[in-house]
Amino acid sequence: MVAIIDYGVGNLFSLVSSFRAIGAEAVITADPKVIADADRIILPGVGAFEDAAKKLRDSGMADIVKAEVAKGKPLMGICLGMQLLFDKSYEYGEFEGLGLIKGEVRPIAEVIPADYKIPHIGWNALDFHGRSCKLFKYINEGDHVYFVHSFYAANCNEAMVATAEYGADLTAAVADKNVYGCQFHPEKSGEVGMKILKAFCELEA
Amino acid sequence: MITKRIIPCLDVRNGRVVKGVNFEGLNDVSSPVELADYYSKCGADELVFYDITASSDGRQIFTDILCETAKKVFIPLTVGGGINTVADFDRVLKCGADKVSVNSGAIRNPGLIEEAAKLYGDQCVVISADVKRVDGVFRVFAKGGRENTGMEAIEWIKRCVDNGAGEVVLNSIDTDGVKGGFDLEMLDAVCNAVSVPVIASGGAGCIDDFTTLFKTLPKVDAGLAASIFHFGEVSIKDLKTELKANGIPVRL
Repeated sequence: MVAIIDYGVGNLFSLVSSFRAIGAEAVITADPKVIADADRIILPGVGAFEDAAKKLRDSGMADIVKAEVAKGKPLMGICLGMQLLFDKSYEYGEFEGLGLIKGEVRPIAEVIPADYKIPHIGWNALDFHGRSCKLFKYINEGDHVYFVHSFYAANCNEAMVATAEYGADLTAAVADKNVYGCQFHPEKSGEVGMKILKAFCELEA
Repeated sequence: MITKRIIPCLDVRNGRVVKGVNFEGLNDVSSPVELADYYSKCGADELVFYDITASSDGRQIFTDILCETAKKVFIPLTVGGGINTVADFDRVLKCGADKVSVNSGAIRNPGLIEEAAKLYGDQCVVISADVKRVDGVFRVFAKGGRENTGMEAIEWIKRCVDNGAGEVVLNSIDTDGVKGGFDLEMLDAVCNAVSVPVIASGGAGCIDDFTTLFKTLPKVDAGLAASIFHFGEVSIKDLKTELKANGIPVRL
């Protein structure tokens, strides 16, 4: 069973539907017992980092997620949920993240050419840079996934497993032991996205 | 590299797709759920559902249809039509919509875009503008293109983007339905005025119209059309294959 962490941000309808579509049981929950019983955890998120990080802490979900990860349970952060995995973010200030993956979140404006539009929105191709990731076992380099973001994970070269080219190589996915993160939205990335979710559901819990 | 998006638009009234369609292999050609699934499988990059229902009963049917679609179709979904308040945003976002497009609602209440962008983020708010030349000036029309608001279009669109609209759908009334190609002059004016993605709408009649659009105006991010897809005049797969052959980045 997949526990999708509910901490009061974003709309989780598509996410829960996408897991059900691939035959996985998924629940939206903030119940520590349900999260402890789940085989794997999804940390979703849209909106602003500061607000989301605060809600994650204030709801107690931050400690619960960290404790489950420490037991070896697979965790995947999606979009802002991925950014929350890092040490800190420079989105309109400087804020602490969960510190599960080394690196920081910075504005894409710092690295892309001035005539590129912000946010980076639309379908972009994944580059693997010769790295492999269990999440990508059913997809190929060059497959397209759907992005919507204005900030990106920087200084995370050790954990980086895919980038997307948008005037610069923007971190598209990260992995460190049982912690995974996708900047793009697998639940909105059609068949390719479903294959990534399927691979996540097959990770050993 | 980011790809150009191809977006079919479905007009929905009382739970049915309004314009007729003739696809083989579809049991129910006017079911929005089936048609959305079909387009997704054909390679559509995004879908727009446009609610043209007038009654509140129809509204409920529309949101039910939206939920059914979002359970089955996993590409971005934009919803427009009848969006007048943030409660309307909430209603469709809860059913799986990713973006909400506002048109007459923003004209009536210019604070709507700012309010919605603060609550849901700029990426969620799309300004859809129906624009027509009147005595050589681009004017914004309301009520499905029937009423001249008198507002100059480029200024209006700029103001909407400044207030938080994260994307622009520009529908040229002058080229809409003519099938003679997109309104390149109008699109160019909008692309030069805003820095958010611009979606071209109105005028596509054949594959070449899309090729010309993206070749002439590389700043345009997406092409939207309805009847040419619904009537099978242009298949999305053929369209994208042809675009790729012309060096235009697409998701195939």
